Amino acid sequence: MRAVTRLLLLALAMLAAFAASLLLPLPPLAALLGADRSLAFALLWELRLPRAALALAYGAMLGASGAAIQGLFANPLASPDLTGTTSGAALGAVVTAYLLGFSAPLALALGAVGGALGALLLLLALAGPRAETATLLLAGLAISALAGALTTLALALAPSPFAFYDAYEWLMGSLVDRSLEQAAFAAAPALVAILLLLRLARPLDSLTLGEEVAQSFGHDVRRLRVEIVCLTAFGVGACVAICGAIGFVGLVAPIFARRLTGGHPGRAILPAALIGGVLLLAADLVVRAAPLGRTLPIGVVTALLGAPFFLWLVAHMRWRLGR
Amino acid sequence: MTTLLKAEGIALAGRLHPTDFAMEAPELTCLVGPNGSGKTSLLHALARIGWPAGEVRIDGLRPESLPPARRSRLLSYLPASRDIAWPLTALDLVRLGAGADEADEAMAALDLTSWADRRVDRLSTGERSRVLIARALAPRPRLLLLDEPVANLDPLWQLRLMERLREAVAQGQGAVVAMHDLDLAARYADRLVLIDAGAIVAEGAPEAMLGSERLQGVFGIERVEGEWRPLSSPPRRGGEAG
Repeated sequence: MRAVTRLLLLALAMLAAFAASLLLPLPPLAALLGADRSLAFALLWELRLPRAALALAYGAMLGASGAAIQGLFANPLASPDLTGTTSGAALGAVVTAYLLGFSAPLALALGAVGGALGALLLLLALAGPRAETATLLLAGLAISALAGALTTLALALAPSPFAFYDAYEWLMGSLVDRSLEQAAFAAAPALVAILLLLRLARPLDSLTLGEEVAQSFGHDVRRLRVEIVCLTAFGVGACVAICGAIGFVGLVAPIFARRLTGGHPGRAILPAALIGGVLLLAADLVVRAAPLGRTLPIGVVTALLGAPFFLWLVAHMRWRLGR
Repeated sequence: MTTLLKAEGIALAGRLHPTDFAMEAPELTCLVGPNGSGKTSLLHALARIGWPAGEVRIDGLRPESLPPARRSRLLSYLPASRDIAWPLTALDLVRLGAGADEADEAMAALDLTSWADRRVDRLSTGERSRVLIARALAPRPRLLLLDEPVANLDPLWQLRLMERLREAVAQGQGAVVAMHDLDLAARYADRLVLIDAGAIVAEGAPEAMLGSERLQGVFGIERVEGEWRPLSSPPRRGGEAG
């Protein structure tokens, strides 16, 4: 089975990236092991493990939800960023943070999930439940712009320079200095959402033949839409609450994943999750290796790497755009 | 023996008035009617697409009561659109909803075996039509619901497809097929069903139907010396949407 082999290789790559994220850079860890074992253990357990777990969970969540959203909208350009989910979650979290501060993860998560859900429901209301892809994407872009503008407004009205700085740094996306509890707070909902999204692989595959044929197979397309919207909002919202908005992984991972599944959109959810995890772990390693003297926001790294890929993608999509 | 297809009160708001439709034993029924008359809507209501009213039983079973794997043995639907959302290979596409052996067989029946690994977005519209038809035939369902299957096919493949549908009927499958070529429909069908303004207005044996004033009136055409020509007087029906 070639498909199984590919999945195993991907899983191995993910484990390797996870191990690298725990162990690299090696020298401080090695030095600590020689000097003080408990300190080395603390470095691993309290600094590197939450960071690696967050990168893996957030990346996997973005990959899986990107694959599901692209399958649902039958469009390789759809992703949590382009449908307004991420920016809605960011707005929800920023508003909550101003009210309650950045140290209340549950409230922040609820705010982010609420914002993501609000953005997705507004999207469905604007574009209608059976909207054309173009309408959905345009509505998504409009919602992204609106949520972005409102977030900027919230920043401009920041109660204090410290609140402004906190929110600004968080918005750029960061995995640094999160506790193990915070990591679990993002990873657990992400894992649940990914597992539930995997169940939808078959109906999503049948959407390749169009909504009508999927319905004739007995798949309830309306329910499928609601499930994907809610699971994406739940999982991405929880991750955004802890790490801020991170773009492009949800766009890029499913595109690579479908190359492994012969184009099947639903079957791509699992490999997209694995690739998303690898991508964000790798981006985080770039953050650590960058010789800038200070920590680069990981959202900036994914955007700098992802945006050129997006442009390449647009240029190479003639088979769809030229229809 | 149970009735192959029994539909009672099936309707789609604004497109299809409540309609009864039945097929006792395997046969090839062709749906004919002007653009927008409701052929596609009737197929949708039979395939349970778009949340139609009424009840459909195929071999006594309600399609809604079955999981997707069993439902594809009961009915299969070919849409008029030849659009495919993702660039799968021809064989992968035919395998959606059918087993590997069935897919191979359906590909062979439509002479597609050599295209198995070609991506569907790189095929012509007519070639893609054949792949989609193979997809609909592959699970060997009790009831085939095909919307304009001969559109985009060259003359040879139009005839081959109709022959293939006759074979399917001989093997115990029923087929309801919407089409515009009245002569081709009459040549192969057991029964013609005429649809106008979202309702079945006449049905019967093909030859009798072709000669009927009702059919000629609905289409606004008449048969003169074996050829179809526009009726000299304007057609009776208004332009009701469907």
